Parts: sequence; structure tokens; C-alpha cells
Amino acid sequence: MTGGARARERLDHERRARRRSAAVATASTAAVLAAVVLVVPRLPRWARVRASFFDGERFADSLPRLLSAFLLDVRIFLWCTPVIFGLGLLVAVARGSRAPALFPLRALVVAYVDVMRGVPVILSIYLVGFGVPGLGLERPWNSPLLWGSVALCLTYGAYVGEVFRAGIEGVHEGQRAAARSLGLSSGQTMRFVVLPQAVRRVVPALMNDLVSLQKDVALVSLIGPIEILRQAGIDKSKFANFTPYVAAAAIFLCVTIPLTRLTDWLLARERRRTTGTAVR
Amino acid sequence: MSVVPKVRLDRVTKSFGDAPVLVGVSLDVAVGEVVTFIGASGSGKTTLLRCINLLEPIDDGAILLDGDEISRVGRDPNPVRRRIGIVFQAFNLFPHMTVRRNVTLALTEVLGAPRDEAEGRALELLGRFALADRADAYPDRLSGGQQQRVAIVRALAMRPEVLLLDEVTSALDPALVGEVLDVVRELKGSGITMLIATHEMGFAREISDRVCHLDGGAIVESGPPAAIFGDARDERTRRFLGRSLAR
Repeated sequence: MTGGARARERLDHERRARRRSAAVATASTAAVLAAVVLVVPRLPRWARVRASFFDGERFADSLPRLLSAFLLDVRIFLWCTPVIFGLGLLVAVARGSRAPALFPLRALVVAYVDVMRGVPVILSIYLVGFGVPGLGLERPWNSPLLWGSVALCLTYGAYVGEVFRAGIEGVHEGQRAAARSLGLSSGQTMRFVVLPQAVRRVVPALMNDLVSLQKDVALVSLIGPIEILRQAGIDKSKFANFTPYVAAAAIFLCVTIPLTRLTDWLLARERRRTTGTAVR
Repeated sequence: MSVVPKVRLDRVTKSFGDAPVLVGVSLDVAVGEVVTFIGASGSGKTTLLRCINLLEPIDDGAILLDGDEISRVGRDPNPVRRRIGIVFQAFNLFPHMTVRRNVTLALTEVLGAPRDEAEGRALELLGRFALADRADAYPDRLSGGQQQRVAIVRALAMRPEVLLLDEVTSALDPALVGEVLDVVRELKGSGITMLIATHEMGFAREISDRVCHLDGGAIVESGPPAAIFGDARDERTRRFLGRSLAR
């Protein structure tokens, strides 16, 4: 019962503890803010930094151009995501296959994952984005936008494949045994029983990779396409001022912070769900 | 032997690595017979049932269903599994599907039954075992006893000729054991052949046509329940029963 003396005592105790930690948090936040507000403007070069990074007029001037350039980032993100998920799923299923005839495929997939995970994204964009069009392909097949996207898909396909693989391996053996005992083939077992559970389990990890992808899309600018990072570079040169970079960062944050929060929320929900059933 | 046994185990042998689990198990089970395996944990009961369902490959010997060797290397296990159902100690229901879909999955995907026919069969069976009102629930909303009854229904929906029950009450609260055993009682006499691994000695005595004591991967004694429980001849069986019944 909640009316007991011990229960009231505990409630009081918890309330005091909460009040104490709230006070500590407020005081420390205030101290840090005061330090920033009071100290930073007193630094010798602050006026110059403020003029070249936080120029309100130039911020407003370049914002519309940056936003429209950002649409290209969004488009790259949107067409890469389904390809990456498809590729990742194929990689995971191929790695988990046991048929001896599929050995060459397994070996190929292992090599692919090792290579793509071991090379910095930016290098893979340079190599694929400059290398493949260098084969002398005709328009539109020589577009750096196309091959930059392909490089992103290849890299993230390897990451996402590993995430899916962990999810597949996390499905209890008893699930497979139950499905097979009913006469389902191994393919049907994968499709109806293992994959649906695996995917549900790895949604938060996948979201993490999506947040990274959303940022790495900007790297495609290094081989030509004018997306937000490149547009910011152009504006920076025009104004001889770094404010466009700050504006570009702000635009990224508007997308990635909500995505990150959503990921945390999904993670917390997943943890509640799984520990909840485990304890019961 | 003039009548072909439903299931024949012929010197079935199996090891996990260097550890022998089954060392030449031979047994004939007649159509409609209920055979119970008793024995200490690790005596090979579970492995034996998994071998019959072809979930574990055997190392030597043979398993025959209606005189047809199902343990032959390279044989497609799926048609065999349609005829032999198994229920596991840990239920192993599919947690992402409703009770109803757990039961219809193999009907529609393996037997190719139309959806409404499969649903009809599922609801009929769920109704028969007092689970009709749980048809749209997910397994984690069910008690252990209900989950295990659903698992039995899921196996029965395929109309198996042989049903394997692997310690189906071992993971349950004592209070929930009864409802699951009632289901098994009801199945006896329906013509289905049952092979049961269990630690419930009273139940084994009541339901079995024959009881086999497994020890160290071999059947050391078998016979009608009255003979085994009343007058076991093998020293190991007497010792095992002494320990089990003393609890």
C-alpha cells in the first residue's frame, strides 16, 4: 500500500534528493553560461571572430541559397537510404547462409564488408566518384552525383549489413527450430520468422547510421555537385566571411538533432520492452 | 513383425562433439500409441525427440516413419516435418505474430491453404482448447500455460500423424501444469501417436501405454507404466524413480 509510513518517508526522501540535484544542475549551468558570456567577449580577437563567423546580415543573405542547395543533400539521402537497406539486408542474409554452393558469394560479401568498413568514406567517394566516370562512360552515366551516391551506398551498405547480421544472430535458436519443425523451408523461416524480429530489434542502431549518413552526404560535394557544403564554400569566398559555414551547420543541426532524439527515444523504448519481458 | 510400426528407431546414435548423447536407441511405436521417456536431465530425451523431427542429424542407425527411412542423408526434411509435430519446453511461439497467425502461418505457407480456411481451422482448434478469446493477442500477453496450449494447437493444426512433446510443462508454474496436461489427455485416443519426454511421473504413469527409462543415452528399461513404476527390474530405473518420487 502507498499509505504506509515507510512509503511516505521514501517519497519525502526522493523529493528532497530531486530538489537537491535540480539546484546543483541550475547552479552549474548558470556558472558555465556566465563564464561564456563574460569571458569570451573579453578575449583579444573576439570582435574579429564575431565579424567573420557570426555576421547576421550575411547569414540572412546566404540562408535561402543554402536551403535550396540543402535540398540536393536531402535528395541524395532519400534515394540512398532504400538502396542501403536493400544492400545491407542482402549482405546480412548472404553472410548467414550455410549452403556450400554459396561459398563464393559469402567470401565476396566478407571481402566487400571488410574493404568498405576499412576505408574512410571520403576516400571511397573519391575513388568511385572519379574512378568510374574515368572509364569513359557517356552522359548521364559519368555523373559525379551518381557515382558519389553509389560510393555512399557501398560504404553504408556494409555498415547496415553488419547491423542486420547482429540482429539476425540475436534471434533465439528456438524460433528457427519452431519454424523448421512446422515444415517451413530455411528461406521461409528467414522471411516470416527471423527477419521481422531481427529488423525490429535493430531499428535504433539503423537510425544511428541514418544520422551519420545524413551528415556524410555533404562529402559528395568534394567531387563536384553543388550541395550545401559547396554552396557555403562559394558564399564564403564571395563574402570573404565564414558565416555561411555557420549557417550550413545550423541547417544540418535542424535535421540531425531531431533524428538523434528520435533514435534515443526508440532505444529507450526497445530497452524497456526487452528488459520488461526478460524480467517477467 | 507383421504390422509396420508408426515410428521405428533402429540403433539411433548421436554425439555432440566427443560427448555421446544417444548410444543405440531402438524402439517400435505403434499407431496411436503413447510412449513416454523418463530419465534424468542429460539422459538424451530432448535430443531423441529432436532427432525424430530431423532437427538434429543422427550419426548412425535409422529412423523410420511408416516403414520409410526418414533419416536418410540428403532427404528433404520438410515433407517429413509436416507429418511429425513437436512442442518445445520453451513454447517458442513467434512473438511478433498474434496467436491466430502463429497457428495459420504453416497452414498458408507450407500447405498452401487459403487464408480463410486456415483461419477457420485455427479458430476451431483454439476454441476446442478454450483459447478462442486469445486469438488476436500477442504471445507475451498470455500466461505460460496459455502459451504452451497455443504451441500445441500450432503443431496440431498441421494434422500431424505423430506428436512429439518435449518436457512441455517444465517451464511452467506448478499451478499451470494441469491445464497443459489436460490438453495432452484429450489428445490421447484421438488416434495420434505421441512420444513424450517428461519429468511428471504421475502424468507419465497415467497417460502412457509404455514408459521408457533413458539413462546415458540408452533405453535401459521399458514397459507398461504399472510394471515400470510398480516393479522396475533395472537397478538404475529403481534408483531414478526413488529419487524422482521422493521429491
